[in-house]
Amino acid sequence: MSTPLITADLVAVDLAAADRDDATRHLIGLLAAAGRVTDADGFHADVRAREAQMATGMPGGIGLPHARSEHVTAPSLAIGRLTQGVDWGAPDGPATLVFLIAAPATGEGDHLQILAALARRLVHESFKTSLREAPDAATVAEIVTREVVPS
Amino acid sequence: MKFVAVSSCPTGIAHTYMAAEALEQAGRAAGHEVVVETQGAAGSTPLAPAVIAAADGVIYAADLEVRDKERFAGKPFVDVGVKKAVHDAPGVLAAAIAAVEAGAPAPTSAAVHTPSPATKVDRDASVGTRVRQWLMTGVSYMIPFVAAGGILIALGFMLAGIAWDGGNGAVEVTKIPVTDLVSNFDPTSLQQWSAVLFQTGALAFGFLVPVLSGFIAYAIADRPGLVPGFVGGAASVAVGAGFLGGLVTGFLAGGLAWWISRWNVPKGVRGVMPVVVTPLLSSLVVGIVTLVVIGRPIAAAMDGLSDWLNGLSGNNLVLLGALLGAMMGFDLGGPVNKVAYTFAVTGLATEGLTADANQYKIMAAVMAAGMVAPLAMALASTVVRKSLFTHAERENGKAAWLLGASFISEGAIPFAAADPWRVIVSSVVGSSVAGAVSMAFGAGLRAPHGGIWVLPLMSNFWGFLVAVVVGTVISCAIVVALKSARPSAVVQAEQAADAQLAAAVATAA
Repeated sequence: MSTPLITADLVAVDLAAADRDDATRHLIGLLAAAGRVTDADGFHADVRAREAQMATGMPGGIGLPHARSEHVTAPSLAIGRLTQGVDWGAPDGPATLVFLIAAPATGEGDHLQILAALARRLVHESFKTSLREAPDAATVAEIVTREVVPS
Repeated sequence: MKFVAVSSCPTGIAHTYMAAEALEQAGRAAGHEVVVETQGAAGSTPLAPAVIAAADGVIYAADLEVRDKERFAGKPFVDVGVKKAVHDAPGVLAAAIAAVEAGAPAPTSAAVHTPSPATKVDRDASVGTRVRQWLMTGVSYMIPFVAAGGILIALGFMLAGIAWDGGNGAVEVTKIPVTDLVSNFDPTSLQQWSAVLFQTGALAFGFLVPVLSGFIAYAIADRPGLVPGFVGGAASVAVGAGFLGGLVTGFLAGGLAWWISRWNVPKGVRGVMPVVVTPLLSSLVVGIVTLVVIGRPIAAAMDGLSDWLNGLSGNNLVLLGALLGAMMGFDLGGPVNKVAYTFAVTGLATEGLTADANQYKIMAAVMAAGMVAPLAMALASTVVRKSLFTHAERENGKAAWLLGASFISEGAIPFAAADPWRVIVSSVVGSSVAGAVSMAFGAGLRAPHGGIWVLPLMSNFWGFLVAVVVGTVISCAIVVALKSARPSAVVQAEQAADAQLAAAVATAA
C-alpha cells in the first residue's frame, strides 16, 4: 500500500460541528487539503447520496459516512472526535466519533481490503475506546495504522 | 450450532464488513460458529461447499440480492438486512437459532424472499461489464429455447423425409396446419407425427426474442423488468425487427422499469408499484416505441430492399449470391434476412420455370448462406477454440450443428446476441462467400427450407456442400480471430470462477 490509510493531519481531535453535514464537510476539507480528494463538493454530494439511502450512525456513538467516488484518489480515512454529539441516525443516540471513509470509484479488490479491515475493527469496543482516549491526532492515526491490517 | 451468513450493503465498504465482524463476534460470545461471506466491494470469497453443507442455518444480512443463493437452498434461515446485523448481532443470532430449532425456514423481516431466477449481474462491476452481463443473462435464458425448438424442428424435418416419398418431406411437413393436427390427428401417420414435432418446435421458437428481451430487462431491473421486456420482445417480432430489435427492447424495457421502480411515490401507492404501475407504464412505453417508432422505418426499409433486389435480378449471379448471402448472415431471422429469404422463396413460385432457372440457384445460394452462421459458431465453440466461449455458448454450440445443418439460422442468435459486432461481421462475410460459391457452382434447389434434409431435391448438390463448408470455415476463422483479439470479460470471469471453485473443492476435500 503506497499511501497509508490515515495520517495525523486527517484527524480532528476537538471538532466542533453543528450537524452531520457540517462535520462531514470539515473532514472532507482535511482529505482535500491532503490531496486525497480532488473535488470536495463532488465528493460531499456522493457521501450525502449514500447517507440518504440509509443513515450510517452505528451503535456506540459512531458516525460512519462513506462513499466510493471518482473524486477520490486513494483509499482514505478521516476521523473527527466531536466536542458535541450530532445526530447520525443511529437508534441509540448521537455520534461523537466520526469516521469518514473515502474509496476510489474504480478501486481494485486489494485496495479495498484495507477498508474492509477497518470496518471490521470498528465493531470492537476496545478499538473505539482507544481512539476516544488517545491524547492527540498523531496517536489516533498511529492506533489505526497499527490495528487495521488486511486479513 | 453452525451458521453460514452472507452480508452485503449498497456501497460495499462498511456495513458489509461490520455486519460480518459483529455476527462472528456474537457467535463466539454465544458459543456458536458463524462463518460469513462478505459480498462487498473488496471482492468476495465464496464459502467452501463443505462449510455450507455443515451449517445448521443461514443468516442473510444482505441489502443486495444474495449472489448464488441457491447454494443455501433448503436450510432454515433468517433474512434481516445488513443494518440489523450491525446494530443487534446477538439478536439476529438468537433469531437464527430459533429458526433452526423451529426446523423450517422462518423469515423474520417483512419482505419474504421467494426463489427467483439467477442473473449473471455483478452490481459492483463497471458499466461496460454490466452491459455484457445483462446481455449474457438474456442469452443464457434464450439458449434452451433455441436448442429445444431447433432440435424439434430438425427432427420434424428428418422424420418428414421418411414419411413422404420423393424427398420433399421437409417442405410438405410445414404445410400441415395446427388446426389439422388438432382435429384429425392420426397416431399411425408418420407425417402427422413429423408435423407435431415441427409445430412444437416452431412454437418454442416463437419465444426466442421475447425471452431474450425479457431476461435482459430482468437482469437490469429485476422482476419489474420482466413484463415490459417480454412485451417488447413480442412487439419486436410483430414488427419484424428480429433479435436485434429484441436487444433494443430488452435494454429499453429494463431501463424504464429500473427508472420507474425508483420513483419516490406515496406510501399508499408503493405496494402496487411492482405489480401494477411499473409493468403497466413501462410496457406501454415499450409498446409505443416498438410498434409506432421502430416498426414503420423497418417496414419501409424492408420494402425498399425488396424493390432494389427485384431490380437487380438478371445481372451477375455470383454477385447477387454474395449480396443475398450477406443479407442472410446479417441478422439471422431479422428484417434483412427476411427480405433475402422472401426474395428467394417468391422466386420459386414463378410460373413455368425450367430445371436450371436462376430462381432455383438463388434459393440454393440463400439456403447455403443461411446455414453458415450456426455451423460456423458450432465449429468455433465446440471444436476450434472452446475457451473463447461461455459454458452456455458451448452447450448451444452442440445444438447449433444440427440447427445449422437443418438451415435454422436462429441457432446462431445466442452467439450474435451475446457479442453482436464480432459474430455478425464473421457471419456476414462467411454467408456472403457461401452464397457466391453456391451460385458459381450453379447449385439449384426447389425447396424453400430443410437444409441437408432436402439434398436429394438439389441439382449440383456437391457445389452446394462446398459452398456451405467454405463459408463455415471462413466465418469460423474470422470469429475466432476477432474474439482472440479481445477476449470477453464475461468468459474470463467464468473461467476464474471455475478455477476458484476447483480450488475450493480441493481445499474442502
